[in-house]
Amino acid sequence: MKTFWSRFLGNPRVYLGLIWLGLLLAVAIAANVLAPTDPFAIVGKPMAAPGGEFWLGTDSLGRNVLAGLIHGSRATLLIAVLATLFAVAFGTFIGAVAGYHGGLIDNVLMRFTEFFQTIPSFLFAIVLIAVLSPSALNLVVAIATVSWPPIARVVRGEVLTVKSREFVQAAVVAGQGDAAILIKQVLPNTLSPLIVTGSLLIATAILVESALSFLGLGAPNLMSWGFMIGAGRSFMREAWWLVTVPGVAILLTVLAINLVGEGLNDALNPRLADL
Amino acid sequence: MTAIVLAIDELKVALPAWSDRMFAVGGVSLDIRQKEILCIVGESGSGKSMMGKAILGLLPAPHVRAVGGRIMFEGRDLLALSDDEMRSIRGGRIAMIFQEPMTALNPLMKVGQQIEEVLEIHTSMTPPQRRERVLALIRDVHLPEPERMVASYPHQLSGGQRQRVVIAMALALEPALIIADEPTTALDVTTQAQILHLIKELQRAHGTAVLFITHDFGVVAEIADRVAVMRHGEIVEQGPATQVLGAPQADYTKALVAAVPGLKPRLQELDADSNVLLRVTNLEKTYRTSSGLFGGTVREVHAAKKISLELKRESSLALVGESGSGKSTLARCIIGLESVDSGLIEIDGERISGRTRAELRPFRKHVQMVFQDPYASLNPRQRIGDIIALGPMLNGVSREQAIGEARELLRLVGLKPDAVDRYPHEFSGGQRQRIGIARALAVKPKLIVADEPVSALDVSVQKQVLELLNDLRKSFGLSMLFITHDLRVAATVCEEIAIMQRGEIVERGATAEIFAAPSHPYTRSLFDAVPGREWISSLGPS
Repeated sequence: MKTFWSRFLGNPRVYLGLIWLGLLLAVAIAANVLAPTDPFAIVGKPMAAPGGEFWLGTDSLGRNVLAGLIHGSRATLLIAVLATLFAVAFGTFIGAVAGYHGGLIDNVLMRFTEFFQTIPSFLFAIVLIAVLSPSALNLVVAIATVSWPPIARVVRGEVLTVKSREFVQAAVVAGQGDAAILIKQVLPNTLSPLIVTGSLLIATAILVESALSFLGLGAPNLMSWGFMIGAGRSFMREAWWLVTVPGVAILLTVLAINLVGEGLNDALNPRLADL
Repeated sequence: MTAIVLAIDELKVALPAWSDRMFAVGGVSLDIRQKEILCIVGESGSGKSMMGKAILGLLPAPHVRAVGGRIMFEGRDLLALSDDEMRSIRGGRIAMIFQEPMTALNPLMKVGQQIEEVLEIHTSMTPPQRRERVLALIRDVHLPEPERMVASYPHQLSGGQRQRVVIAMALALEPALIIADEPTTALDVTTQAQILHLIKELQRAHGTAVLFITHDFGVVAEIADRVAVMRHGEIVEQGPATQVLGAPQADYTKALVAAVPGLKPRLQELDADSNVLLRVTNLEKTYRTSSGLFGGTVREVHAAKKISLELKRESSLALVGESGSGKSTLARCIIGLESVDSGLIEIDGERISGRTRAELRPFRKHVQMVFQDPYASLNPRQRIGDIIALGPMLNGVSREQAIGEARELLRLVGLKPDAVDRYPHEFSGGQRQRIGIARALAVKPKLIVADEPVSALDVSVQKQVLELLNDLRKSFGLSMLFITHDLRVAATVCEEIAIMQRGEIVERGATAEIFAAPSHPYTRSLFDAVPGREWISSLGPS
């Protein structure tokens, strides 16, 4: 039987995804070194085409697009990853408690989850930002609020199946308490679908963040890819690079996350991969 | 000598590269003649099912495929046929009976339609002719009220009735050969006896050849004309049933026959005056299922009706019954996994029924459980040491000491002490069951409840685990409540037997007495249903 790592890394699509994500992460960490100037600073004449003094040209106010892209990767990744972490933590908690206890608690928690699921998620995020005022933290809160329900459902389903396995009964017979059984016996066995759903959720979070920034609901003092597309959209005919460059960056990042997420899925559930 | 129906010649079935051996079936040659039942016996992983699947072209391609040899059937090599040609042979000339009748039938289709469908695809009968044939088939397999049967859905039938329907489907086109892959393993022992009888009767009446795949030597003794014993994808011995069962030649066959649990009852060994450890008085448990949010019809199942029993210190009691008899419910109530409706459970004079889970915790160390499924009863993400040490650590033993004790326990159950650092998936089913036993012993309990601890294991492993339980019981001075559906197993392990039927104990007493003179009709029917009873009795003391 092949190990998880050999199945995961033996997949060429995973490599492509990991290379792009690794590059992105390095750029995001080293943003201040790669582009020391403020991305909002006006550095040259407006609408300079790519390939000149600035590799990716300048925008309508003469800001460096490359610097925007580099600093934008930091904002986009940070907000998406944080939002996903919050969503996973909250969703896992709700799903685990509902699945483990069952009965009335399960009913109440699942109706609560459905309440969030029935509201169109993007509209809900817009309303939240409008109410909370745009800022980086509120973006994280809004994205997490609209993305935890699927996590709760996945975890609840897994907990329900794991709970009925005999090793859980063995822990009850040994006298382990409910909270300890849930954390030490049940949850570790729900990890694989959780990792897969969580990794794919990052891609959705990036899209939501970009869309919000595009609408001008992003963090005001934070350069992000969505903000760049939003700012450049009225100059699409004169300066194609203003929307294309950050657009391609979003496309590649979401694609890379999906490739890695699917690779994780294939490696963690080898039987499904065979079908 | 009668004509050969199917000739398997040097069949080789390759396994995927990551398996522990190259071939599932490594060069097997077999002939099946007209009007005979050939039994393929082997333990799990012997390749017996793969061979059955290879004949019908049902191997899970592309990972597992036939790479050599020929399967000659009616002048053609089945391995060389196209998918279309294979399809007309499958169901038409060769039929299959599966292990699990529920999954072999379409749950959304009436039983009559499913049989009719076979006729519709393979014959040119008119609809009235087909209906007539379906009713005839249903009568052939002795299902009651054929008209009502054809209009039933699979879920409305019992397991045995479903298997009869599957057999009727298999017979629909008068096949030359029927392949039956463990067709009675999922059934209760009394139903199994009826189905075996039916298969034999129909096989005689229709003159069909049957390839019967099984792991149970009792079933072989009941039904086989000829036997082939398989191990690691090869045939170690084949010959007439009387010869293989009566005077086995190969060492492996001898070992398998010796591992078959005998019907020799175990004798009462304990002093009459030892005191009572477990006492159950008038225990009642009813399961209620309400349908949906708005109440509606409530279904009630009386899993335990006024059950009383007692178990003396250092003795063992077997609860024997078929599925649905309530034996597992009773065990779960005693172990505290289920609450009782009324009645009293006492251990060492202390009441344990009616307590909450938190109140039960101090009593947990007195009663431990060995579970049925060795693959589900160990947490796959914990090391063996942590699994065994959990109980003692919850009782306040330090981790180092608990792990140290776990090593000692692993040695006692016949495993290497360094297994503490390994994960469950590195062990076989029998080894895992040993780990499960070590876990139960870790808190030094007074009573062990074993719920079908060997029913998922191969017969040779079964014997070893039973012997281990027996030895440990003596050396630890344990009492044991042993739940099983198999009288043969009960006889080997326990001095006392209680027979359960529909939530009640219908007969109870010393094993030797019940075996000598079963008084209740249900007990007698259980004895009659033990597969290969006469052959097992002829084996002599093991």
